[in-house]
Amino acid sequence: MDEPVSYYRNSAFIFWILKIKNVGFKEFCFKKSLWLFHFGGASCNNCDIEILDCLTPRYDLERFGMLLIGSIRHADVLLVNGSINQRDKSRLLELYEQAPKPIVVVAIGACGCTGGIFAEGDTFAGPVDKLIPVDAYIPGCPPKPEAILAGIVKLLNK
Amino acid sequence: MAEQLFYFLIFPGLLFAAVVGAFLSFYDRKITAWVQFRKGPPLFQPFYDFFKLLLVKETILPKHGSKGVFFVAPIFAVFGASISGVFILLPLLGIETGFNGDIIVIFYLLTIPSLTYIIGALASGNALAAVGGSREMKLILSYELTFILVLAAIIQKAGMTISFGEIISQQGLNGAFAGSISGIILFIVMIFCIQAKLALVPFDMPEAETEIAGGIMIEYSGTPYAMIKLAKYIMFFILPAFLIGLLWGGLNFQGINILWSVLKILFVVLLLTLIRNTNPRVKIKQAVRYFLVWMNLLAIIAIVLSYFGY
Ligand code: SF4
Repeated sequence: MDEPVSYYRNSAFIFWILKIKNVGFKEFCFKKSLWLFHFGGASCNNCDIEILDCLTPRYDLERFGMLLIGSIRHADVLLVNGSINQRDKSRLLELYEQAPKPIVVVAIGACGCTGGIFAEGDTFAGPVDKLIPVDAYIPGCPPKPEAILAGIVKLLNK
Repeated sequence: MAEQLFYFLIFPGLLFAAVVGAFLSFYDRKITAWVQFRKGPPLFQPFYDFFKLLLVKETILPKHGSKGVFFVAPIFAVFGASISGVFILLPLLGIETGFNGDIIVIFYLLTIPSLTYIIGALASGNALAAVGGSREMKLILSYELTFILVLAAIIQKAGMTISFGEIISQQGLNGAFAGSISGIILFIVMIFCIQAKLALVPFDMPEAETEIAGGIMIEYSGTPYAMIKLAKYIMFFILPAFLIGLLWGGLNFQGINILWSVLKILFVVLLLTLIRNTNPRVKIKQAVRYFLVWMNLLAIIAIVLSYFGY
């Protein structure tokens, strides 16, 4: 397994660049304090586990100021994983409507990005980006925690 | 008038207490990260959180609920926290001596934030918020009695004075109350009271993220939530400071003593953090029993011991 250390060095470096480039104060605060809300659709549960892995001591997302929170009203990032079926669709739309803007949507895993192995299913209601606007895609089945971190760092750098 | 406003808004009220409290909350999160072998957030994280909520995020008011009360409640929480901060910090930092009976005023003012959280939660019309609100209410009912018993014991130890400034100056003459057996018991009891007042982990059932998804805070977003954060930062500083003033000889800001004073505050916050990191959340029934039976018993023992001069 790759050491996560190199990712950490990269991200610290990116934060410095952010500071030097002097993005607006508001945007800077927003990027330094992203709170994650996790929505699992009809997932096989593997992606959920990998997301939780990012919060463990080995990867520790809190060093970027990220927290996993329980209420959509506090969320800045909506993590969507798993295929979205007819039942999940209304819930996802509801959640997206209830979230305070600006909200960043991240589709995680092959299911979230395209539908993956469920794309042909009867109850499949479309990949996430057909329902709500998606800001970042993290493919993989499931994506490694390193890949999730890399995606998030790219998002911060955008 | 200008002087009072300065006390309330800048030093030692709103601004000063909030900044110190924010750094303490960073310290708390960092210690938590170290306990879990993580790296933890950057130094200015509480400020980023606060400004993000205040400036960037949208404020959503509940459709089926009382919008005005929902919005105003957090502002009153900040007001209550900072006014009690003024009453605690003025004698503690040696700026003014306070007045006779201010300890009772402080006791009342310190309940304002919790009360306003309940009012805001019930005004939001959310069922989970109502559950959180009722839990917070039960929690208040259980720890307030213990808190007032602790205050009674301290008043007795200080020779029946009800002025916070005088309690501090008496400890300056005769040594800190925490140096006696009853003082140590009171210290322990009060640490648990503060833990419950701040809704930290063994007693965080009003907010329980994993069961009721934020509880009393569930509907808050944007500016009102930033106000709640601000009130929490302030409370995170003034409650340990109050404890130090009551039992540990207060703070002293002359020469090398400044280091000692800072260490005292950091030590008390460290205790709170370690308790929160090494305990699971208890049920509300267990918490009520814990305070009403065991903590009250300890407080009464301390009163009796201090009556006999231990
Ligand atoms: S992308 Fe793969 S691992 Fe993730 S939920 Fe879909 S099937 Fe499971």
